[in-house]
Amino acid sequence: MTPTLSIRNLTVDIPTRHGTLRPVQDVSYDIAQGEILGVVGESGAGKSMAGNAVIGLLNPPAHIASGEIHLNGTRIDHLQGDDMRRLRGQQIGMVFQDPLTSLNPLLKIGDQLTETMLAHLDISQSEARKRAIAALEEVGIPGAAQRVDSYPHEFSGGMRQRVVIALALCAEPSLIIADEPTTALDVSVQAQIIALLKRLCRDRGTAVMLITHDMGVIAEAADRVAVMYAGQLTELGAVRDVLTAPLHPYTDGLMGSTPLASRGKARLHQIPGAMPRLDALPDGCAFHPRCPRAQADCVRNPGPTLSDGQGRAACFHPLVREDVA
Amino acid sequence: MLAYIIQRVGQSALVLLIVGLVAFSMFRFVGDPIDNMLGQERTQEDIDRLRGQLGLDQPFVMQYVKFLGGAVQGNFGVSYRQGRPVSEILLERAPATLELAAVSGFLAISIGIGLGVFTAIRRNGITANVIMSASLIGVSLPTFLIGILLIYLFSVELGWLPSFGRGETVQVGGWSTGFLTETGLKALILPSITLGLYQMTLIMRLVRSEMLEVLRQDYIRFARARGLRERAVNFRHALKNTLVPVITVTGLQLGSIIAFAIITETVFQWPGVGLLFINAIQFVDIPVMAAYLMLISVMFVGINLIVDLLYFAIDPRLRVDRTGGH
Repeated sequence: MTPTLSIRNLTVDIPTRHGTLRPVQDVSYDIAQGEILGVVGESGAGKSMAGNAVIGLLNPPAHIASGEIHLNGTRIDHLQGDDMRRLRGQQIGMVFQDPLTSLNPLLKIGDQLTETMLAHLDISQSEARKRAIAALEEVGIPGAAQRVDSYPHEFSGGMRQRVVIALALCAEPSLIIADEPTTALDVSVQAQIIALLKRLCRDRGTAVMLITHDMGVIAEAADRVAVMYAGQLTELGAVRDVLTAPLHPYTDGLMGSTPLASRGKARLHQIPGAMPRLDALPDGCAFHPRCPRAQADCVRNPGPTLSDGQGRAACFHPLVREDVA
Repeated sequence: MLAYIIQRVGQSALVLLIVGLVAFSMFRFVGDPIDNMLGQERTQEDIDRLRGQLGLDQPFVMQYVKFLGGAVQGNFGVSYRQGRPVSEILLERAPATLELAAVSGFLAISIGIGLGVFTAIRRNGITANVIMSASLIGVSLPTFLIGILLIYLFSVELGWLPSFGRGETVQVGGWSTGFLTETGLKALILPSITLGLYQMTLIMRLVRSEMLEVLRQDYIRFARARGLRERAVNFRHALKNTLVPVITVTGLQLGSIIAFAIITETVFQWPGVGLLFINAIQFVDIPVMAAYLMLISVMFVGINLIVDLLYFAIDPRLRVDRTGGH
């Protein structure tokens, strides 16, 4: 079966006065229908940039330098103007990080819902309004029929994120890109939003790219996980395998630095150093200066990759696990 | 909402009272009207008698109270120079100024917002950059100079448009309008451009910078991500959010269009209240000056009140904050 989203060797470039930066380098992964792929990494690892490239919202001068993006088997990375616009919302929905700023404060939420539907679906104004109320009910807004005429400031943060999800889903896209959907929310609300996103996408068979730096969110929601470091994909696999038995030393370090109640008061593990700047990437494997398993050959070029969406860890010397093939 | 309006009207009345008081305290520094009113062969007796008649021997506070007493009954006194009721003179002159101000204001707002949006959306385009550079002229050149340059170009050199006056006017009720005759419309062009150019460039630059700020917001990105048409994103989402600060400045600027009409009316010999005021100052015609200043203040205050009410119409967040609930 064709995956909903297929990214092959995606590279994003930002030309600057001091040379070209490469925030996303040779990244490949697939997301199947109804699957939730978690994309994790530190700030600046390129996870949002890859999402923006898929939906065609890279801020110039950033642009796709090479690679292909296929949505339901159709190539979309070269689409321009109105063709790309029609795809947004209708084929690909997006949920942003901060629900307080992603809704227009001057428009009623019902109007924001209907304008989205009318831009993509061939339905009447009154039909759109009916569907808007239904969409709000579906995301769990109580009294949706009245609340449809409310303004964004009349909702709490968690409720607003529900509205944002309703907006992203209202034209029935086949892929949702959720860029840190819970980061700006209260911890108690986070779980509700994740559960909501999970339920809606399972019901509709929507594929989800869940971008986050929160391992807890990944563990709770995702089916598979892609770990990114300095613009490259370092590890890709089923959540269970990657989280419990990481093969890449970076993933291993990340998991070690996640606070867990079971570890008690022991000092939290840290990966020494910081992620390299994009204009000063080391030779070979980008992680080797910080890697506890680094050996002399880690600096050889080209570095390790997961180019064709196959394999698990982009590492010359991955951790060896007896229980993993 | 109603309480808020009443409160604002009360504040406005207070502002008007203070403006009047300040104005009256200044009038005696302008000169002595008696000098102009009596001829060379005057006696001290004549002077004292006239001064007593006009009430000019009283302290300015008393003069002010007397003026207010008349003003609330619609009686602004009699012009020293023309010997006619001031209200009659003002009514005769007001249409000229108001028509000029209305045309200037309309040009300033429509072209200003239009060009502002254009230069914001096409911020890297050549046309937008040319417009931005040209707008510096409007912001930096003084009004009278623009007027004189326009007269030189279009009246003296090209001979297309008249250099002074209103052209022919038509009486509609008590209102003399220049909108209905060809010469009247032609005569409006140069003065209204002169008067509105500064406001137009100011509004344009303000709309542009506000719009650029709004276009960076998350909700604009989200609107794009939802696949809305570029036109809907720019006008429905971005422009509306740009308007609140723009309205504040535009309101103040409309007031100053009426106030600064003095300069334009002088350059173009436009028979409006501004020219009347300049002549009144030369003659120390206190009743005319007082009535003019009050008229301008009423307009300023009125426009600001309308601006405040427009905020409510545009921004729903204010409506909630005022009443304290939904």
